[in-house]
Amino acid sequence: MAAVQISLPLPVLPEGWTGEKEFKSIGQLSAANDRNIEPVGHHFLAHARRKRHKRTFSEDDRIQAQVNVKKVEDEDEGEISEPEDPVMLQREAKDWKGQDHYAVLGITKYRWRATEDQIKRAHRKKVLKHHPDKKAAAGGTEDDQFFKCIQKATEVLSDPVKRRQFDSVDEAAEVEPPSKKDSQKGNFYKLWGKVFESEGRFSNNRPVPKLGNEKSTKEEVETFYNFWYNFDSWRTFEYLDEDVPDDNENRDQKRHVERKNQNSRRKKKTEDTVRLRKLVDDCLALDERIKKFRQQENAQKNKRRLDKEAETKRLAEEAAKAKEEEARLAAEKEAADKASKVEGKKAKEAAKNAAKKNKRVVRGAVKDANYFHAAGDAPASQIDSALGDVDSIIAKIDNEELAALTSKLNGKKDAAEIKQIFQDETKRLVGAGKLKDGELKSLS
Amino acid sequence: MSAENDPTQRVAIGISFGNSYSSIAYTTGEGRAEVIANEDGDRQIPSFLSYVEGEELHGGQAKPQIVRNAKNTVAYFRDFLGQEFKSIDPTAAHQSAHAVQHESTVAFKIRDTQEETENEVTVSTITSRHLTRLRKSASDYLGKAVNSAVITVPTNFSDAQKDALNKAAKEAGIEVLQFISEPTAAVLAYDARPDAKLADKIIVVADLGGTRSDIAVIASRGGIYTVLATVHDYEVTGLKLDQVLMDYFAKEFLKKNKDASDPREDARGLAKLKLECEAVKKALSIGSSANFSVESLVGGIDYTATINRTRYDLLGNKLFGAFSRLVLHAVEKANLDPLDITEVILAGGNANTPKVASTVAAAFPETTTILAPSTSSSAIIPSELAVRGAAIQASLIQEFDLEDIEQSSHPAVTVTPHLAHAVGVLCISGDETSGIFHPIVETETSLPVRRTAIIATPREGGDVLIKLAEGLRHIKVTKPEPKPKAEKDEDDSDDDESDEEEEVREKTWKVGNVLSEAAIRGVKKGGKVEVQINIGADLGVNAIYREVGGKGGVRGIIQGSKASNGSA
Ligand SMILES: Nc1ncnc2c1ncn2[C@@H]1O[C@H](COP(=O)(O)OP(=O)(O)OP(=O)(O)O)[C@@H](O)[C@H]1O
Ligand SMILES: Nc1ncnc2c1ncn2[C@@H]1O[C@H](COP(=O)(O)OP(=O)(O)OP(=O)(O)O)[C@@H](O)[C@H]1O
Ligand SMILES: [Mg+2]
Ligand SMILES: [Mg+2]
Repeated sequence: MAAVQISLPLPVLPEGWTGEKEFKSIGQLSAANDRNIEPVGHHFLAHARRKRHKRTFSEDDRIQAQVNVKKVEDEDEGEISEPEDPVMLQREAKDWKGQDHYAVLGITKYRWRATEDQIKRAHRKKVLKHHPDKKAAAGGTEDDQFFKCIQKATEVLSDPVKRRQFDSVDEAAEVEPPSKKDSQKGNFYKLWGKVFESEGRFSNNRPVPKLGNEKSTKEEVETFYNFWYNFDSWRTFEYLDEDVPDDNENRDQKRHVERKNQNSRRKKKTEDTVRLRKLVDDCLALDERIKKFRQQENAQKNKRRLDKEAETKRLAEEAAKAKEEEARLAAEKEAADKASKVEGKKAKEAAKNAAKKNKRVVRGAVKDANYFHAAGDAPASQIDSALGDVDSIIAKIDNEELAALTSKLNGKKDAAEIKQIFQDETKRLVGAGKLKDGELKSLS
Repeated sequence: MSAENDPTQRVAIGISFGNSYSSIAYTTGEGRAEVIANEDGDRQIPSFLSYVEGEELHGGQAKPQIVRNAKNTVAYFRDFLGQEFKSIDPTAAHQSAHAVQHESTVAFKIRDTQEETENEVTVSTITSRHLTRLRKSASDYLGKAVNSAVITVPTNFSDAQKDALNKAAKEAGIEVLQFISEPTAAVLAYDARPDAKLADKIIVVADLGGTRSDIAVIASRGGIYTVLATVHDYEVTGLKLDQVLMDYFAKEFLKKNKDASDPREDARGLAKLKLECEAVKKALSIGSSANFSVESLVGGIDYTATINRTRYDLLGNKLFGAFSRLVLHAVEKANLDPLDITEVILAGGNANTPKVASTVAAAFPETTTILAPSTSSSAIIPSELAVRGAAIQASLIQEFDLEDIEQSSHPAVTVTPHLAHAVGVLCISGDETSGIFHPIVETETSLPVRRTAIIATPREGGDVLIKLAEGLRHIKVTKPEPKPKAEKDEDDSDDDESDEEEEVREKTWKVGNVLSEAAIRGVKKGGKVEVQINIGADLGVNAIYREVGGKGGVRGIIQGSKASNGSA
């Protein structure tokens, strides 16, 4: 074989790809099919030479070789399986319109379901059995009536248009709807399912939805009934036409029959549409699922209403609760505010009193320190200056500092000690920038 | 070893033995198959024998005897061979000697001697006499006594049928070297032509014969053929096409001759009608019209008429359509799509009818080659395909001992594993970032196999990755976007609209199992990489990669998943 030429380029090797000796085995080939190659041509001879080279096949090899080979030819058609009604075998070919074509071919268990292939095979079997030459050979007459019935059946069933015409009026394929009683005995889905499977053969639209069962969803059930209420049918009734005279003499008669046939077809079609609609109505009326869905829907509606009410109630309750809580918090706050106001007043009062007391102590200490005069009675100017300076200190400090100063002075009788305390305080205040150095003459 | 069993003493021919016609052919010293014309000048020799006062008429001489001597004319008998009476379809033989039960087999009650008595002549004897006549014609033509042959049979010919045919041939002095199937013979006839190129193909052989139609789907892989599916039908036939013409001319005749009786109701009238209609049908394969002319069709009335090809195309329309459906059915049975079919070889006499070819062609995409006289100037005559293949095969094996041929045709040799999926590499194409699968070994290739591929590399060369994988064939169906309605002033016809709606079907590949990765480094600019893939019967893969013209290379082994049955 010549090399395969591939013009699409290979991909670039990905960065960092490695493989032992530049190769990586990843997967295996799928299982192969054993097949027979044809022992023909010189390439086969080369194959045979290679395969037989220096070896003989044992009997076992030879048997094993064929075991798994894929079949190419169909199995033998076999015998005709359906018994043939002796009355049917007596039929006349001219009455072909009245014959059950499926029965003639022995495929009544398939009917409209029979595939083209099944019809073909059935026909073949019947031909092999009923060919007039075989009857003649068996010493019978060359009666070919039933053979002609077979040919007619095949002609009808292997022509899609003619087959539809026949299938449209194939009474044996019809499945009668079950009675109300039977439907309610627990076989609803089985019985009605068969009815719709059979009716579905006339559908122009495929796939035809199935009736389903008690587990079908609401959508499935709705799809099913929608489909059947909008059924698009190819069913036609020309198979039941009256024969149109084909002589040219009686044209009026011909036209009359044709018109009659047209009307009759139309009438039957309308009747069929009505029939089907009633059928679907009946089924729907008996369908427990519809009730179930309605109940479910009602229950759901109720539930929704109850839920809504409960929700409203809950919201109202919640709002009331919130309001209460708000009121409680407000009251609490008011009380606290009040309390803290009183408390504040009291504290202020107390602080004021304490400050007054402290000031008294401080001022008293000035007196105890002899107004910072060195010895002897202090002159008035000294007293004024000392009191004035201490007042300046008091004015510059807050209650706490005052209290601290007071506690330092408490119990102190030594003039120098007291003066020292005042001088320290003055220094502190100068350091804090609240007094100027030397501003307080009596304490400098 | 008897003289005729001695390979060195063989004079071998190919024989196609049909229910309707038979042919003989031999292979020239240069390996060309030549179909032999018999003493009547026929290459399609009717498979008919007729006895008149003890004289045996054969082929084209015997066929017209269905008019006057139907009871002693034997025809359409091949498929009766090796069968029980209850399993045969006597339909085609109804206008000649009827088949009767003879012990468990089939015979004909005919007056084949000068005596008045009728003899029950078995189908084996009839076959033997027919083959004797064919052997004689070939021997006369070649100037040597033919003593062996390869004979073609349908793919569903049973062992019992082959045994019976083998015995009948022996009676006729013919050693059957091998039975080969008709469709395979047809493929071989094409492949044996000097200008034929070996390629991997899926071929459908569609044979519309006289009493049956047979379809075979064949994988042709490197000259090895595997039948993937077959369909046989006994209703879509050449005889039915003749019948269509018979009905037409009978009705025309009755229109012209109001008081005449229906020629189809009269045994002789029917036979004349039948012979003439087949001739008309053949004439319409070449000409655009043909003449029908029968003396004394019925009640002494001569009848002539003409018919044009279009009329015939119309009359046969149902059957042509049915044939084309059979072909598609076979493709479906092989789990294939029409897009998978490389070639349709139209075989059987009715493949000469242009409408047969065009109807089949319409069922396949443009990419499928239709090989029929009306579609391809290089087509081989459809009725000669089988016999040519048989002659080629005869020339290939005539030097071997029969024992040797039988050993080689045994399933121990012919049964091989076939690839379930194509094996190939992943390439890069313009718009796709992921790899595109390109097959190197096609699906349904018999193992072991060796295939080589030459693959392009990126424009700049460099390091490349070679990823081996299985490819799954996928039919991509694209429904075109409904285009906005064209402006009213451009009055578009209905045809345009239906054209727009047509979906596009394409054959594409999906990447299946990845088998291995390999690297070739430093490929020079514009370089190519050669990949050789060897797949064993144990499904082991041995791959060799190298740059074309470069040094060294990479070798990789993928273990087989199946224990080798030693068939490698
Ligand atoms: N040139 C032609 N044009 C049209 N039809 C033809 C032509 N030549 C032969 N035939 C028809 O082809 C059929 C015979 O084909 P072929 O020789 O392939 O059949 P066969 O293999 O002998 O028959 P069977 O299918 O019965 O075994 C007949 O129906 C014959 O009328
Ligand atoms: N050893 C082998 N292992 C696997 N497959 C092989 C082997 N030898 C040959 N083949 C396969 O058989 C086919 C035919 O090979 P073969 O070498 O006999 O003929 P060819 O030389 O390719 O063709 P021709 O004879 O027409 O020149 C090859 O294409 C290959 O697929
Ligand atoms: Mg032939
Ligand atoms: Mg044939």
